[in-house]
Amino acid sequence: MQRYSINILFVAGAVCLVLAAQAGMLDNYVLTVLMFMGINVIFATSLGLVNGYMGEFSCGHAGFMCVGAYVGSLLSVACFTTNKLFGAPLLSPESAPFLFPLVLLAAGLAAALFGLLVALPSFHTRGDYLAIITIAANYIIISIVENIDFIGGPRGFSGMKRTMNAMNGVLEIPWMLIWVLVVTFASILILHRLVTSTYGKGVPAVCQNEIAAEIMGVDTNRVKTMAFMVSSGLAGVSGALYAHVYGYVNAQAFNILKSTEGMVMVYLGGMGSLSGVIMAAIAFTLLVEGLRFALPALDGLLHNLNLLPASYEVSQVWKWVLIPLCLVLLMQFRPEGLLGNRELSHYFPRLRRFFTLK
Amino acid sequence: MALLSVHNLSQSFGGLQALTDFNMEIGGYDLVGLIGPNGAGKTTVFNLVSGFYTPTRGAIVFNGKPTRGMKPHEVTALGLARTFQNIRLWNDLSVLDNIRIAQYHRLGYGFLDAVLRTARYARAEKNVDRKCRDILDMMDLTEFVEELPKNLPYGLQRRVELARALSTKPRLLLLDEPAAGLNALDVDGLIHLIRWIYNEFKISIWMIEHQMKVVMTLCQRLMVMDFGKTIADGAPGEIQNNPDVIAAYLGDGAV
Repeated sequence: MQRYSINILFVAGAVCLVLAAQAGMLDNYVLTVLMFMGINVIFATSLGLVNGYMGEFSCGHAGFMCVGAYVGSLLSVACFTTNKLFGAPLLSPESAPFLFPLVLLAAGLAAALFGLLVALPSFHTRGDYLAIITIAANYIIISIVENIDFIGGPRGFSGMKRTMNAMNGVLEIPWMLIWVLVVTFASILILHRLVTSTYGKGVPAVCQNEIAAEIMGVDTNRVKTMAFMVSSGLAGVSGALYAHVYGYVNAQAFNILKSTEGMVMVYLGGMGSLSGVIMAAIAFTLLVEGLRFALPALDGLLHNLNLLPASYEVSQVWKWVLIPLCLVLLMQFRPEGLLGNRELSHYFPRLRRFFTLK
Repeated sequence: MALLSVHNLSQSFGGLQALTDFNMEIGGYDLVGLIGPNGAGKTTVFNLVSGFYTPTRGAIVFNGKPTRGMKPHEVTALGLARTFQNIRLWNDLSVLDNIRIAQYHRLGYGFLDAVLRTARYARAEKNVDRKCRDILDMMDLTEFVEELPKNLPYGLQRRVELARALSTKPRLLLLDEPAAGLNALDVDGLIHLIRWIYNEFKISIWMIEHQMKVVMTLCQRLMVMDFGKTIADGAPGEIQNNPDVIAAYLGDGAV
């Protein structure tokens, strides 16, 4: 039992949240923030596998999220809803709650295939040069999507709300919250199990000394392919969830800014620390949402104290000054991030006695 | 049949001929030394044999298979392990992990086993754990399992690197200057350790070494290289008096 304590705690917490949402105790805003927290956790931890554990500098992670978002949306719209693009639903809308996980899986697999776009060049190059390739991959993906008029091009794609309606038609429960919680937990578990297995230790081995890894029998190309595909696949799943929470996707939502958000979460949490990145993703989501209220409050305060001219307003744009500033301060005073390359249990050994994840 | 046979191996880097027609055979239980002045091409030989470079010309047959064009990890899987002149440990992974990862090529499970924690995964990891413990125990490293290699003194790092090489379960162990940077006391310990490994694991060892004391005490056979060519090959006693060797080390005027 105790070996699974975190698993049990998470499941219990998730059940409480779902029950609270069902009982109407959480308003829509809180629910949305919770779901974005989960999506950010998946997005950031998957990036952490490549940027943290493998020590590469992938700057195009949002591109894979984009692939997953579009593939997931198209599939779910085509399969479960009546729409202009595909006409009548391919499968019965009643099957939506049961087949939705398959849609997420397909989105992940598609994104994992696009991960090869970065994995294959990584055999021959690394560091700064690979970073440039990842940015290119991000742009390639966005440009492809924007230029397919069939799926809306730059106008974006919508209709996923109808999939939600189809699910709610079967049973009226907070479906998206459940999916986000399940997938978040699954991806944390996948990454945790991967990096603690000898098989997964090949990833930090490649990071720390690629030559030694290759000579000691680690198939470095296979490790890189695996890491990039797992990482981009999970990003794809997070993208599909994102698309369904929003009900609308647009390729520009997955540009380099979104990739940067991912990197901020990884470097905030610590490179090579799963628990650190999870905490950072949660903190980052709260920070971004908190500023939504804090900035107008600050604006009001400064005006009341007559410190600001009436013509100037502290707008939400300041968010993009404050968040990068956090990054500057972080790099200055704690460049290894919150937890460095250690897990939470390293800093609080007593936690290990009670809390283990398997 | 020889465990390793190298035939007319040559390597050039651009205009530089680093190695010319190198020939060599090692049996299943030999202890051979490779010496020569700096830049003679000794490490190049190791890099070619371990699959790190593809030779310009020549053939390498290891464990019955031609290894030309194989990647280093495939050569390792055939039973070849090596250490490096400048230690190359995974410095931010524990000593135990360093030993564990060296068994990567014979894990026998894949991504899905790791994620789903299948029975195959459990069996394989148990096996790996047991072998790690054996090796750490034999190499007297048990008390350092949780340490990071970068925090260990130099001599111990050398020992961890040796343990890691042994963890791949080699039939031939290449040691690239194992005594470099060790003090006199450590060198004695190293000689003892290498002899012990040779006797205990019953494997062939081929080492590059500059310290005469090490090669003279340990090796049954010694090869001397200079400017990419083999200039002498024989028992340590013969090599010591070989005029070509003396000329290579001390210059022609000394003869």
